[in-house]
Amino acid sequence: MSGLSLKDVTKRFGDFKAVDTVNLDVPHGTFVCLLGPSGCGKTTLLRMIAGLEDPSEGAIVLDGSDITPVPTHKRDFGMVFQSLALFPHLTVGQNIAYPLRIRNRPREEQARRVDELLKLIHLSGFAERPVAKLSGGQRQRVAIARALALSPRLFLLDEPLSALDAKLREAMQVELRQLQQRLGVTTIVVTHDQREAMTMADLVVVMGEGRIRQAAPPIEIYRRPADAFVADFIGSTNLLEASADGAGRATVFGRPVAGLSMPSGLARAVLSIRPEDVRLAAAGTGAFDGTVTFVRDLGATIETFVEAGGETIVAVATPRDKPDVGLGQAVGVVLSPDACVLLTR
Amino acid sequence: MRREPPRNLADYAPLAFPALMLTVFFVVPFSIMIAVSFFRRDPAGFYTPDFVVDNYARFLSVFFGGVLGFSLVLAVLVAACCVAIAFPFTFLLTRCSRRVQTVWLVCLLSVLSLSEVIIGFAWSTLFSRTAGITNLLVAAGLMEAPQALLPGFGAVLTGMVYQALPYTVLVLYPALVRLDPTLLEAARTLGASPTRAFLNVVVPALRNTIVATLIMVFVFALGSYLLPQILGRPQHWTLSVLITDQAIYQSNMPFAAAMAVFLVLITLALVGLMLMVGRKESAA
Repeated sequence: MSGLSLKDVTKRFGDFKAVDTVNLDVPHGTFVCLLGPSGCGKTTLLRMIAGLEDPSEGAIVLDGSDITPVPTHKRDFGMVFQSLALFPHLTVGQNIAYPLRIRNRPREEQARRVDELLKLIHLSGFAERPVAKLSGGQRQRVAIARALALSPRLFLLDEPLSALDAKLREAMQVELRQLQQRLGVTTIVVTHDQREAMTMADLVVVMGEGRIRQAAPPIEIYRRPADAFVADFIGSTNLLEASADGAGRATVFGRPVAGLSMPSGLARAVLSIRPEDVRLAAAGTGAFDGTVTFVRDLGATIETFVEAGGETIVAVATPRDKPDVGLGQAVGVVLSPDACVLLTR
Repeated sequence: MRREPPRNLADYAPLAFPALMLTVFFVVPFSIMIAVSFFRRDPAGFYTPDFVVDNYARFLSVFFGGVLGFSLVLAVLVAACCVAIAFPFTFLLTRCSRRVQTVWLVCLLSVLSLSEVIIGFAWSTLFSRTAGITNLLVAAGLMEAPQALLPGFGAVLTGMVYQALPYTVLVLYPALVRLDPTLLEAARTLGASPTRAFLNVVVPALRNTIVATLIMVFVFALGSYLLPQILGRPQHWTLSVLITDQAIYQSNMPFAAAMAVFLVLITLALVGLMLMVGRKESAA
């Protein structure tokens, strides 16, 4: 198979399993985001793919051949580190040419490649600058160019944008995605920012406690999360305790939700509904009633906090369909059955 | 943090203490030494104030030129050996666990508590024919008969490298600990083997530290006057040995002072040259 396969990859540090039996197939040219809270093993997994850590068990297979025993410097990958790790004693051009110089490519080829890459990252004419004289965003681009100088078989990035401010980060996400699509290189990015993953990835891999919780395209992860952990991690969501009544219907706060039935054999579950899917109506007309405790008007969206049965439910609306509710008012919370997902804990 | 330029006299107050110390312990003694170097030697007593250049004139001979040259070459060799050994050692040390690092550093610090005399006599025993390390080689069947390894140039060099090595490690340690370990990993992902990554990333990234350490060990080795006497032959004696000899045994303070001043000037000139070359290289 063309592409990257991880087979039962496990990494133990003493008794602690940082990565636990990970199986994943990444087709050639895919943009993958490894997503998870800190300490979930995503960076360790990336470092094993890069060869910087040896897996305790399992195999890493690239284009049909097992690369697990291949040392890092013979893998021909490009990697961007969180610290960027630009060589401080070299200029921008020398940094980008480093992988070519190591392989003794002719000087003309090095110079040509540096020019191409500088054009690609919109830094033409910067070749002679020392890296210390660059801004954060420019360093970021140089690190990316250096990792791409060799046309790597795999392009790996460890939290590459975390040092940038929010605005620059969003711009770089788009740029990185466009760059990857133009080059068609298989790319794996580690991030803890779900917006970043949603923006860039073909395939989002959500990890928790060393295991893959769900691997799917971003919109599927968002719409059909595999469990409560994934639902909570990807975007904000309302999680409510649900249980089955005698007729197999799902009930919340003891009242059945119209049109929603529990999966058979399941007595208790967690109902997840995105804030933008929650509608507010007149008291008594929704699935249950609650009291408005706070309204946050952010201009582009209005968030209404409703308390019901000891839980706080957030509803997000656009100014156009702004709910006509006031603080302390009783409202009905409408849970549309196709927006609800029932999950196991 | 932005610093305001000093505005009135009180802002310069923090300078007073270091300035006082420098004056009392460096400027004054050094000035006295310069003055003495122009005095006339009095064979009956010590010296009489005067202004003669005989002391410097006497120094300008083939013999003293040879000694000066030998001293400088020896100091350069000691500095080069120390950095060549200590740099990879310290680099590997910083990759070890905290505990291992502490144990090594404590051991190195304990070596510093040994005086030059003890180091000299310890090595003279180790290099001797009767009780030296060659006996071990004989026992291991690598040599036929035990051999004396001293007096000789190798013995002097070994002793001085041994003496300067802990200082070298301690000067290199902070810089190597602060070195971003991902630099090395980045070089490896870009295709450099660990050894190559060390040579063309770690070493050049710490060039300034290495130059500073070389200068420090060089100056340190120039001042060594006991080890060459204990471990070497008279032709291995450095200028420092001759200065000691003139000052203490020949009671010729003016000549000793002249040699010392000359040594300081040569050292300053060499260090300045090294810094200039270094700056030119980094600018290019």
